[in-house]
Amino acid sequence: MNTFSDSFSTALSLLLNADAHLYGIVGLSLRVSCIAVLLAAVFALPLGAMLAVSKFPGSRTLTVLINGFMGLPAVVVGLAVYLLLSRAGPLGQLGLLFTPTAMSIAQAVLVFPLIAAITRQIVEDAWLEYTEQLQSLGTSNWQAALTLLWDTRWSLSTVMLAGFGRAIAEVGAVMIVGGNIEGVTRVMTTAIALETSKGDLPLALGLGIVLVVIVLVLNAIAHFIRSWAARGGWK
Amino acid sequence: MNTSTQAAALAMFPLQAHALGFAAGEKQILDGVDLRLERGSFTAVLGPNGAGKSVLMRLLHGLLVPTTGRVQWGGLETRPAQQAMLFQRPVMLRRSVLGNVIYGLHVQGVAAAEARQRAQAALARVGLVHLADRPARVLSGGEQQRVALARAVALEPAILFLDEPTASLDPVATRAIEATLAELHAQGTTIVMVTHHLGQARRLAQDIVFVQEGRVTEHTPATEFFRQPRSTAASDFLQEELP
Repeated sequence: MNTFSDSFSTALSLLLNADAHLYGIVGLSLRVSCIAVLLAAVFALPLGAMLAVSKFPGSRTLTVLINGFMGLPAVVVGLAVYLLLSRAGPLGQLGLLFTPTAMSIAQAVLVFPLIAAITRQIVEDAWLEYTEQLQSLGTSNWQAALTLLWDTRWSLSTVMLAGFGRAIAEVGAVMIVGGNIEGVTRVMTTAIALETSKGDLPLALGLGIVLVVIVLVLNAIAHFIRSWAARGGWK
Repeated sequence: MNTSTQAAALAMFPLQAHALGFAAGEKQILDGVDLRLERGSFTAVLGPNGAGKSVLMRLLHGLLVPTTGRVQWGGLETRPAQQAMLFQRPVMLRRSVLGNVIYGLHVQGVAAAEARQRAQAALARVGLVHLADRPARVLSGGEQQRVALARAVALEPAILFLDEPTASLDPVATRAIEATLAELHAQGTTIVMVTHHLGQARRLAQDIVFVQEGRVTEHTPATEFFRQPRSTAASDFLQEELP
């Protein structure tokens, strides 16, 4: 256990001394995953809401697909995005492969089904309650979708946090499309994988601690939002 | 109400149902209903549970599409916008009390400043101005129903449908709702209300529509109805009244 305790104390000193290398990696991780979640949400929130309020041809199939894709393996997503962005791929000309943008895209694809599926569920529950009243007021489907997105905003913000948690903790997709290039595309998870195999356990452990803390804090925030919203009658 | 909406309100009536029917799958809930409601009337819809009263309201209001027959407004089948409905369980949006009332106006395209003003006036009318900024969903059932009433009133509907609006309210809240309804009616709003409360129908309604097993058995002036209903179904129903 000596390795562990040694690594642990070195990791702590790296954290406490604001090691530039370590915090550079943490910063990139946060940035990549933030952009990924926002990118996914722009498409997933309206889609989830529309699936909840209107039945159109194929909507049921789409719902089943999205639910199924919630558990997409990250490496497969990475591979698919790699094929799209690689030089010979359809989007190869954009030259995005091995950039943080590519990593954000891969994570966005990964969390898109998650956000869309849970959004549909939350919005549909509210819609069941609202349907007659909104129809009585003469609300169109689009207005209803927007109304419900707004009214369930606190529940949806916890969905976004869950998406962020999944994005920042995954390793397979960003490894493939980012390439784990030091100072450019190296994020916490890929760095942990690499440093562990290289034997630099303190850095790996330090990053691991940061990652766990981030995930814990996210869950605490989500929990706080949920109970606050329920108490205030906003949920 | 400006003159063009007033003209539109005039053209809405009479509200007529012609051989109106509604079936949910195999089950015929409403069948062969003919009805004519005049402008400015206050109609109470009475009848036992499961008679089809709520479905009748929803068909008239346009929430349900009839499987047979049709609903006509002033001879036309287009659904006028100047109507509102109150449900047995008020639906409160996850917004403030004022936000709930503004929402209805917003949907109808009323500009923000005017909507705010009208919403506040409507809240004043139901006596809830002091709760304007509270989240609507934490209010009591009676207060929520008054918010729903304010939301409907703010729209200045020519006709207001109510489906057992006071069924789960205490006497104080019920009286508050009834007072506002009487006032609205006095000002010319046409009102159609389902109720199980015979005293309420006596107090408020001018005429009674009695529904039994999916059919309207009679449509009678209230005084006459409570003295001697025309249909045996209704007279049996009245005899069951509890003290």
